[in-house]
Amino acid sequence: MKALSRAWLLDPSPASRGQARLGQAYLGWLKLIRNPLAVAGVVIVGALVVMAVAAPLLATHDPIAQSLPDRLLPPLSPGHWLGTDEFGRDIYSRIVYGARVTLYIVLLVTVTAPLFGLLIGVMAGYYGGAVDVALMRFTDIFLAFPRLILALAFVAALGPGIENAVFAIALTAWPPYARVARAETLTIRGADYIAAVRLQGAGSGRILVSHVAPMCLPSVIIRVTLDMAGIILTAAGLGFLGLGAQPPLPEWGLMISSGRKFLFDQWWVATMPGLAIFIVSLGFNLLGDGLRDVLDPRSASGGKG
Amino acid sequence: MRGEGGPLLEVEDLRVTFDTEAGPVEAVRGVSFTLGRERLGIVGESGSGKTMTGRSVLRLVRPPGRIEAKRMAFEGVDLLGLSERSMRTLRGKRIAMVMQDPKFSLNPVMSVGDQLTEGLRRRDRLGKADAVRRALEMLEAVQIRDPERVLGAYPHELSGGMGQRVMIAMMLIPEPDLLIADEPTSALDVTVQREVLAIMDRLVRERGMGLLFISHDLTLVSKFCDRVLVMYRGKVVEEVMADQLHAAKHPYTQGLLNCLPRVGGAREPLPVLERDPSWAE
Amino acid sequence: MALIEIDDLEVTFGSGADAVRAVRGVSISVAAKESFGLVGESGSGKSTVLRAICGLAPISGGAIRINGAALGSRRDKGFARRVQMVFQDPYASLHPKRTIDATLAEPLTIHGLGGRDKRVVSALEDVGLDPKFRFRYPHQLSGGQRQRVAIARTLMLEPEILLLDEPTSALDASVQAEVLNLLSRLRAARGLTFLMVSHDLAVIDHMCDRLAVMQQGMVVEQIDRAALADDSARDPYTRELLAASV
Repeated sequence: MKALSRAWLLDPSPASRGQARLGQAYLGWLKLIRNPLAVAGVVIVGALVVMAVAAPLLATHDPIAQSLPDRLLPPLSPGHWLGTDEFGRDIYSRIVYGARVTLYIVLLVTVTAPLFGLLIGVMAGYYGGAVDVALMRFTDIFLAFPRLILALAFVAALGPGIENAVFAIALTAWPPYARVARAETLTIRGADYIAAVRLQGAGSGRILVSHVAPMCLPSVIIRVTLDMAGIILTAAGLGFLGLGAQPPLPEWGLMISSGRKFLFDQWWVATMPGLAIFIVSLGFNLLGDGLRDVLDPRSASGGKG
Repeated sequence: MRGEGGPLLEVEDLRVTFDTEAGPVEAVRGVSFTLGRERLGIVGESGSGKTMTGRSVLRLVRPPGRIEAKRMAFEGVDLLGLSERSMRTLRGKRIAMVMQDPKFSLNPVMSVGDQLTEGLRRRDRLGKADAVRRALEMLEAVQIRDPERVLGAYPHELSGGMGQRVMIAMMLIPEPDLLIADEPTSALDVTVQREVLAIMDRLVRERGMGLLFISHDLTLVSKFCDRVLVMYRGKVVEEVMADQLHAAKHPYTQGLLNCLPRVGGAREPLPVLERDPSWAE
Repeated sequence: MALIEIDDLEVTFGSGADAVRAVRGVSISVAAKESFGLVGESGSGKSTVLRAICGLAPISGGAIRINGAALGSRRDKGFARRVQMVFQDPYASLHPKRTIDATLAEPLTIHGLGGRDKRVVSALEDVGLDPKFRFRYPHQLSGGQRQRVAIARTLMLEPEILLLDEPTSALDASVQAEVLNLLSRLRAARGLTFLMVSHDLAVIDHMCDRLAVMQQGMVVEQIDRAALADDSARDPYTRELLAASV
């Protein structure tokens, strides 16, 4: 096994499938980190992941241990640099553990909604005709409702809880991905390279999965990253309304909700998790913008060999 | 009449450089030529720098590309020293450019009539009726049979050949002194191609326009132009009179001519161009 | 018996008032190991004939027979192993996100053929590409190299018929010569039957034994190479094309 050196990655004549793929990924990475805003996004999202993974190491206190004598301490108090909430819990530690909940929601939504949307969109676009009409009207039904309202209805029906909240968000988040994937598919399905693989005797399944879907994936990934802020906000909103994560789980929306009561006198209780949501949403947005430059087939294929 | 004496366009040691991560890439490397009121062809394969040479004259090279030249003058006026503002007044009005594909050069959401009369009304302050009359005249001049219908049409309603002729009409309405045509007929069928070439030819002969004709097609250029510059990897490797092209001396030019199949030619493998690295030096 | 028989073929796109009759009663027949050309300008329907053979354009009348068997509306895997097509634009006919290796191995996977590594490398060598190109992506290749890959792809299934849709019109003249030489060599070595489309009469004349001139969806003249060289073309349109290409 050769060393993972820069020269190996950038070798114009890779010697194996793996090297070719890694080389392309490395080129994309180089392109991404040329954009300072995208780097900021990478740093923020990276920090979120580190926080979630290393929460027990980073947190200074138990996120649910109450300590009533220390309640509502202001920021920069000894031992509690972001202050404490109404039960004397350390806000910093709760935000750190809250990263786990946020990341959990983000991961669950990203593996469900985009895949479902991609599937629907690619099928609608590729088959066209009646299939297209049926699938897209089905999509329109979901698109017609405001996301939070629809999620609220689902959670109300399914019962509160974090998994149900994720499920509800995923159910409301997929239609835009289906639209994006369909639009891409419409431009791809007439391409010569699709005709060529059909002429080799490939069936629809193979064409959809290995030829059409990979071309739609970049737009969907960009869209997902840009939507991530909205997803986090919806999750926080559901938490705020008491329909998502349940106390005493340190979920950021839930924390804002409980801090709301003291907003005028103890502003930090609601503000700190609010800032966390703001920063993470911003991070995903910046990353999404950066990814657009890297992944967008129209800009990526422009590089001449 | 202006600037009758000197050449219309003088270009000396033109260089176009693109700054990329891998270092500067020179697309045009020291091209010099002068153009009078004649038809000058620039021939080369893709990547030879012929298109960049044409665009440089109008300073239409986008960053990271840079244009440098010892001298690039239009009727004695230094083009590189002009402000972007004065350049804009030259573009379209005095120097026009026709590109290969009319689809990318015509505004898809404006009718042909509006696009043709826009400049006349804004720049030349013509009234609507006068502007339309001029546009109709020009469409007739480019052999469009029912100009009234075309005037009301949108670009997507025109065939490729019609679109290209409309594009040429649009460029010719301000009566430019210099026309840069970059593969103006490659998208056209032979029959239409001949008409379009005839229009440009007439403008050169009757109005004394200068024409810079950029093409990959050696035979076409040799039939249509007065002089031909052959470009290879950013350099002019040979300049010949068009009717002497068959007697070209440079091995690249000869190679380009020989590798074309001919009707009734021999069935053996076509001679393949052997590129000599010294040509690019 | 002719290998490819096209009998009174009609292709109509759309219906009602918007219907466009792209191909109108075209009949040609191509013998095994013959090279047949279709010449015409854009919109003459010449490419549509090829696409109809491949099932990429709707046949609204007439019949296409390969080796005597009429083609239905679907093209099965067996068809893919007999007939393959090279597309005009090598920038559009290779999947931009797949390596050359993946593109060339795809037909092997579809048809359950083994020996992937050996076959891919030998296919690259057959079309004159260094095996070091194997794991590159299309955007790392020049136009001529891409067209070689596209030709290699069609040969993976060892077909007997190659449909060539303007295979060199997107390429520079010097690269065109290389690709045409490659095609001639492959045809001789493998006994392929060519049905080639081009707007360039000189290219068709160089590559084909017989040709049909198409205009507005119809064949206006069928002529062989010797007759073309003798200047015995009768149709005025053929003569016009001839005049434009010398």
